[in-house]
Amino acid sequence: MHYHPLTDNDRQEMLRTMGARRFEDLLVGVPEKLRSREISVSESPSEFELRKQILKIGRENLNSQSTLSFLGGGSYEHFSPAALAELLNRNEFYTAYTPYQPEASQGTLQAMFEYQSLIAELTALAVSNASHYDGATSLAEAGLLALRHTGRRKILVARSVHPHFRQVLRTYLEAADFQLEEFGFEKDGRFRREEFEEFLTSEVGGVVIQTPNFFGVIEDLEKVADAVHDKGTLLILAANPLSLGVLRAPGEWGADLAVGEGQVLGLPMSFGGPYLGYFAATRELMRKIPGRLAGMTIDREGRRAFVLTLQAREQHIRRKRAASNICTNEGLCALGACIYLTLLGKEGIREVGELNLDRAHYLRDEISRIKGFRVNRDAPIFNEFTVVSNKPFGAIQSKLVPQGILPGIDLAPLYPEMKGAFLVCATETKTKEDLDRFVKALGAV
Amino acid sequence: MEFPDELRYTQSHEWARREGNRVKVGITEYAQQEISDIVFVELPKMSAPTVKGKAISVVESVKAAFDIYAPVSGTIVSLNIPLETDPAVVNSDPYGRGWFFEIEMSQPSEWETLLKAEDYRTQCITTH
Amino acid sequence: MLIDSESRLSFEKSSAGRHGAKLPKSRLAKKGAESVPEPLRRRNPACLPELTEPEVVRHFVNLSKKNFSIDTHFYPLGSCSMKYNPKVNEWAAALDSFAGVHPLQAEETAQGWLQVFYELEQDLKEITGMDRFTLQPAAGAQGELCGMMMVRAYHASRGEPNRRKVLVPDSSHGTNPATAALLGYEVVEIKSNARGRVDLEALRRQVGPDTACLMLTNPNTLGLFEEDIFQITELVHEAGGLLYYDGANFNALLGIARPGDMGFDVVHLNLHKTFTTPHGGGGPGAGPVGVRQKLVPFLPVPLVEKQGDRYAFDFNRSQTIGRVKSFHGQAGMLLRAYVYIRTLGSAGLKQVSEDAILNANYLKAKLKQVFPVAVDEPCMHEFVLSAKLSSAKDIHAVDIGKRLLDYGFHAPTVHFPLVVPEALMIEPTETESKETLDRFAEAMIQIRNEAEKNPDLIKNAPHSLPIRRPDEVLAARNPILTYQDWLVSLETKEEPKLSLRS
Repeated sequence: MHYHPLTDNDRQEMLRTMGARRFEDLLVGVPEKLRSREISVSESPSEFELRKQILKIGRENLNSQSTLSFLGGGSYEHFSPAALAELLNRNEFYTAYTPYQPEASQGTLQAMFEYQSLIAELTALAVSNASHYDGATSLAEAGLLALRHTGRRKILVARSVHPHFRQVLRTYLEAADFQLEEFGFEKDGRFRREEFEEFLTSEVGGVVIQTPNFFGVIEDLEKVADAVHDKGTLLILAANPLSLGVLRAPGEWGADLAVGEGQVLGLPMSFGGPYLGYFAATRELMRKIPGRLAGMTIDREGRRAFVLTLQAREQHIRRKRAASNICTNEGLCALGACIYLTLLGKEGIREVGELNLDRAHYLRDEISRIKGFRVNRDAPIFNEFTVVSNKPFGAIQSKLVPQGILPGIDLAPLYPEMKGAFLVCATETKTKEDLDRFVKALGAV
Repeated sequence: MEFPDELRYTQSHEWARREGNRVKVGITEYAQQEISDIVFVELPKMSAPTVKGKAISVVESVKAAFDIYAPVSGTIVSLNIPLETDPAVVNSDPYGRGWFFEIEMSQPSEWETLLKAEDYRTQCITTH
Repeated sequence: MLIDSESRLSFEKSSAGRHGAKLPKSRLAKKGAESVPEPLRRRNPACLPELTEPEVVRHFVNLSKKNFSIDTHFYPLGSCSMKYNPKVNEWAAALDSFAGVHPLQAEETAQGWLQVFYELEQDLKEITGMDRFTLQPAAGAQGELCGMMMVRAYHASRGEPNRRKVLVPDSSHGTNPATAALLGYEVVEIKSNARGRVDLEALRRQVGPDTACLMLTNPNTLGLFEEDIFQITELVHEAGGLLYYDGANFNALLGIARPGDMGFDVVHLNLHKTFTTPHGGGGPGAGPVGVRQKLVPFLPVPLVEKQGDRYAFDFNRSQTIGRVKSFHGQAGMLLRAYVYIRTLGSAGLKQVSEDAILNANYLKAKLKQVFPVAVDEPCMHEFVLSAKLSSAKDIHAVDIGKRLLDYGFHAPTVHFPLVVPEALMIEPTETESKETLDRFAEAMIQIRNEAEKNPDLIKNAPHSLPIRRPDEVLAARNPILTYQDWLVSLETKEEPKLSLRS
């Protein structure tokens, strides 16, 4: 087997060294009853035949290279520089382990430190951890932190937060016997302020609002932090990190915690994973945040060095007293986001935000002119928006997919009250030709 | 190793100093040496109830976390806040500036069950 | 603080006006960015570094060269399975036909991905002897959380919510008690016996009507197979409890024994250990969870079904514990594992464990004269030595690990499991040659000699790397976690100084 170096000669010599006659002597502790069951799995005869098989299976997928896609809803098609893919392919990065031995891992540790710095800067908060599994689990951990910190038992969340985020949050909260309460949104997609104020009692440990929210609407959070803090509650904002070059940052809104999905920072959509949950907090909450943290220190010679720090919060030390059980996280994805943000830089993060705003607004204007289609114009949007059509979404989809266009996400299965509406996304990857082609196809439905 | 005579001790290496009905608590010279460099102290909340023998605080070194147990039952009435920014003082002055918190006792008779200095010293020597 | 050009941050190499990516200049909308109301706009610009592409590339390539990795060094970390990451797996995951697929695409347009999910589940069922799998959990620890949530739901559904105790061996991985405690269980540690296995008597005393679950790794963290496994599973089942299998050490059992056959009710696998998906400097991983029939109703949604020759998601599961992750899990890692299984086939998978076991026993035989072995019996894929030397009392396991770096080997796992003093947990894996093992054994022998003749060399190791013994106490007492923190420390002139001890 071409991954296994031992030859039959090696095996015989090794057994001799051990004083064992046969390999089976080493399995003396394993009951015979267990060993009789042989396994049988599929196999490919050679590497190139395997590759042909994989390519064949891949052809059963439509993808964003072959098809013009306007899908958003938590996973986005963004430009990822070629340099990023090259750097992530450095063997020393992707085949390295968690940096428990700092002298052997300064590359990974310094990159983690830079990632933490970039996220802190983007979110305008003091501290960031080195990653979570995804935006949804990052939010769940933020919810648990808020409840531990305040000693309360309830989290209040806007329904305009991504359905998967809310579902995962619910799973985690209910597992610890906590409660989740939801408040609604207006017709224009913004959160319903009266309901929010009514449900915000001193029983609530944390409030969660997403901006831009699931419908692409940029939320107005004026006075929200004050209202939340007045009750001794924490404010958790789930923010699209790619929008933070142009939109007001969680720290600038007075949030205590910021979480969200980092896939947008140069990572492929890859059918939902692996993704990247970012997690940022105020200085006051630093010692309570879950996950790994890289810190700067000096070595015996006084040289700058990076180490994992505040490890006594983590599972391998606190064991049953740990705040979280997270161990392996999304290291390589965080590295990808770090490289992406470094390539884009100060100007690029602003430009890409402006481009997203530009493309989505152009598309929205053009669609609004199509007979039988209405768009949400009443609230500010980032890079996606809702469209309502007199034609059923299924009909639109079956007309457009054969033309090589994926028109959007049907909202009815996720929000029953929004039957007939679908979510359309246009990022910086769309050219005028792409957008005009889409509009033309919609008009012809 | 010093074990001041005016203090009382627990088997879990806390010391207690009585002032009226209040008891000031810290960890002993032996404990701070065992734990080695302390990087963080998680103090209890003000007015939190304490139960004799139950964990009420946590001390962290780089490599480990250690529970600190209440020597007596009662209520937390004061906290040594400076420990939060300078935990190293627990290592350098465990019986003085390195105190953790003060408990207002709810059952003063519990004081008599705490170890006297010689008994605690004996315990440390035999386990070492 | 001494900072050379190699340890400057990207922020410190920044120069105003530089950028490293080319974005379109054209604007299409009448009002794009201007449409954002002023109060909703960013107040202070995000001061990311400003570097050109060649500078960024040089920066990160040089960073990468400071790492040890499987592709550069032997990396015998116990219970981590640091085995070779096959490149054809990477090729597959990077294909546009997989990487460029949106997770919310209509099922008819993602049949390729659904086929991969479905067939991977069938393979994992066969390999472990379990009845169904969820592919959603993002890592082993999340798999544990998911598995234990199902245990809880199971007992609740049977009107037995009073099963409040979870039993774990004292040699267990830290995630086991952490997971149980997160779910509100009382964690009870079961002592190991003199041969390093679960003490059956101790277990018998603890198992009762309040037992929810026993969490086990088999082989355990000492690399030893729990020979009494049938008695253990029967004991717990008789008391109405369930058995959880932590798959961290499954590299020892491929094609040799299946947890389903041992009596486990719920199993998690670490794809980034046994199934070669890359460790990535700390993830991403994937932790699929397999269950026996009795737990199937509680699996997270969605599952994948096959109807004729079409594949579909099944969201309609009334007793599910819910969703544990957004979308469908770590799809790209699942694809890598799928490719790996097909590359190896049945015989190849069996050879994985056979060679892993052979390599570990060979290395143990060569090293047992050098350092005491925790339990001197045939081990499985890993073994534990103790660095506690009566002739060199000042040397700790961590020091041996650091000195090994000078010899060009990554250290093994040190100071774990906690049940062995000065533990060195060594797992060579099957993708290492006999020559590498011989060289490693040679290095360990030399280090042993140094421990007696020249202990300072070990206490002050490593000597050959860019940094040496960073001050972790300082890092924890005065955390500098961002470039911004570093700037503040410069302004206040509170530059890090070595802490007094260490």
